[in-house]
Amino acid sequence: MGETIVNLVGLMITASLVNNVVLSQFLGLCPFLGVSKKTDTALGMGGACIFVITLASLVCSLIYKFILDPLDLSYLKTIVFILVIAMLVQFVEMILKKYIVSLYQALGVYLPLITTNCAVLGVALNNVTDGYYENPLTSTLVGFATAVGFTIAIVILAGLREKMEYNDIPAPFKGMPLVLLTSGLMAIAFTGFSALK
Amino acid sequence: MSTEAKKGALGFRADTPGERFFNGLIAENPTLVLMIGMCPTLAVTSSAINGLGMGLATTFVLALSNAVISALRKVIPNTVRIPSFIVVIASFVTLVELLMKAYVPALNKALGVYIPLIVVNCIIFGRAEAYASKHGIVPSFFDGIGMGIGFTCAITVIGLIREFIGAGTAFDVQILGEGTVVPGAVGAFLSTYKPISIFIQQAGAFIVLAFLIAIMNKIKMNLAKKGKDTSKFGQGCCSSSEEAAADKILADKKNEKEAD
Repeated sequence: MGETIVNLVGLMITASLVNNVVLSQFLGLCPFLGVSKKTDTALGMGGACIFVITLASLVCSLIYKFILDPLDLSYLKTIVFILVIAMLVQFVEMILKKYIVSLYQALGVYLPLITTNCAVLGVALNNVTDGYYENPLTSTLVGFATAVGFTIAIVILAGLREKMEYNDIPAPFKGMPLVLLTSGLMAIAFTGFSALK
Repeated sequence: MSTEAKKGALGFRADTPGERFFNGLIAENPTLVLMIGMCPTLAVTSSAINGLGMGLATTFVLALSNAVISALRKVIPNTVRIPSFIVVIASFVTLVELLMKAYVPALNKALGVYIPLIVVNCIIFGRAEAYASKHGIVPSFFDGIGMGIGFTCAITVIGLIREFIGAGTAFDVQILGEGTVVPGAVGAFLSTYKPISIFIQQAGAFIVLAFLIAIMNKIKMNLAKKGKDTSKFGQGCCSSSEEAAADKILADKKNEKEAD
C-alpha cells in the first residue's frame, strides 16, 4: 500500500510539473494564450479545468474499461470521448446551475469555453495510451494533477502579462508574439523540473 | 455588390475550385494569416517530416469532412449542427488514424496523441462552420484541400526552421554541424556549426512562432500604411474569439451584479 501511494505521488508530480500539459505537451494552448490576460480570469479558468478534466478522466476511463475495451471497440475511442466530454460539460453546467449555485458563480462562466480545450480530450486519450484506465483512481488522479499543472502555468503567465502590460516593446511584438516569447521562457524554466523524474 | 462581390481571392472567380485552392494556400492561409489551429502548429513541428505528415493528415480530414458536411448541409437541422459536425470530423480522424497506424507506423508514433486531436483543431471546425455548411460540395472540397495545403506548407516551413537551427538537418539530412553531407572545404566550414538544441525542444516552438507572428505583424502594418485591406489577418490562436467571449461573459456578470 505504501509503495502504491509513493508511485501515485510520483505520477502526479510527473503529470503536473515534469510533463506540464501546456508547456511540454502543447495541449490546451488556446485558453492558455487567450484567457491569461488577468490573474482572476486565469484562476477561474484553471478551477473550471481542474473540475472538468478530473471528471472527464474518470468517466472516459470507466467507459473505456467497461464498455469499449471488452467489446473490442477501442478504435471508436476518439468519437466516443469527444461526445462524452461535450455532453459532460453541458451536464455539469446544468447541475451546478441548479444545485451548487456558489460553485456555478465561480466557475460557470468558463465552462462553455472548455469544450474547445484540447487538454480534456488529450488527457482522456493519454490515460488510455499509458494504461492508466485499468485503475480509475490512477487515471482520475493523473487527470487532476494535469489540470493543476495547467492552472499553475496559466496563473504564472497571467501574472507576468499583468506586469508587462505597459512595457515599451517594439510594435510588431505587441500582443501575441510577446506572450509566446514569455511562454517560451517559461517552458525553459519548466524543463528544470525534469530532474524530479 | 455586383461584379466586385463575385470576385474571389487573387482575381479568380469566386467559389471555383481554383479560387478556393489559392485562397486557402495564400490569401487566407490558416496558420500565417488567419492564425488558427495553433496547438498542432507548436506541438509537431520539431522536424519538417513530422510537420509534413501532420499537415497531410489534416488536409485529408479537412477535404473529406468539408465535402460530407456540405453534402449533408440541407439535412442537418441548424440546432444540432455542432454535434453532427463533430461526429463527421471524428469519423474521418479515426479513419486517418487507422490508416496511418497500418501504413506509416513510425510517423504515427512520432505524432502520437496529436493525430486523434485533429478532432479539436479549430481549422477543421472553422471551415465546416464558415464555408462548407453554406456552399456546394465541389468548392467545399477544394476549400478543404487549399486550406489543408496552406496549413501543411506553413507547418513544414516552421518544422524546417526549427530542425535546421536545432539539429542542423533538413528533412533528416545533415547539412550543418558534424557529419554534414556537403563535401570539401564548404563542408569543413559547415561542420563547425554547433546545433542550438533548444530550438527542437518545446521552448523553441514558442520562440520561432513568436518571431513568425512578429514578422506577419510587420507585414500587416506595412500593408495598412499603404491603405490596403488587412481585416482578414487574425490575432493568433483561437484566442481572439475566446478572449472576446471571456470578456463578454465577465461584462455580463458585472452587469448582472450591478442590476442586483
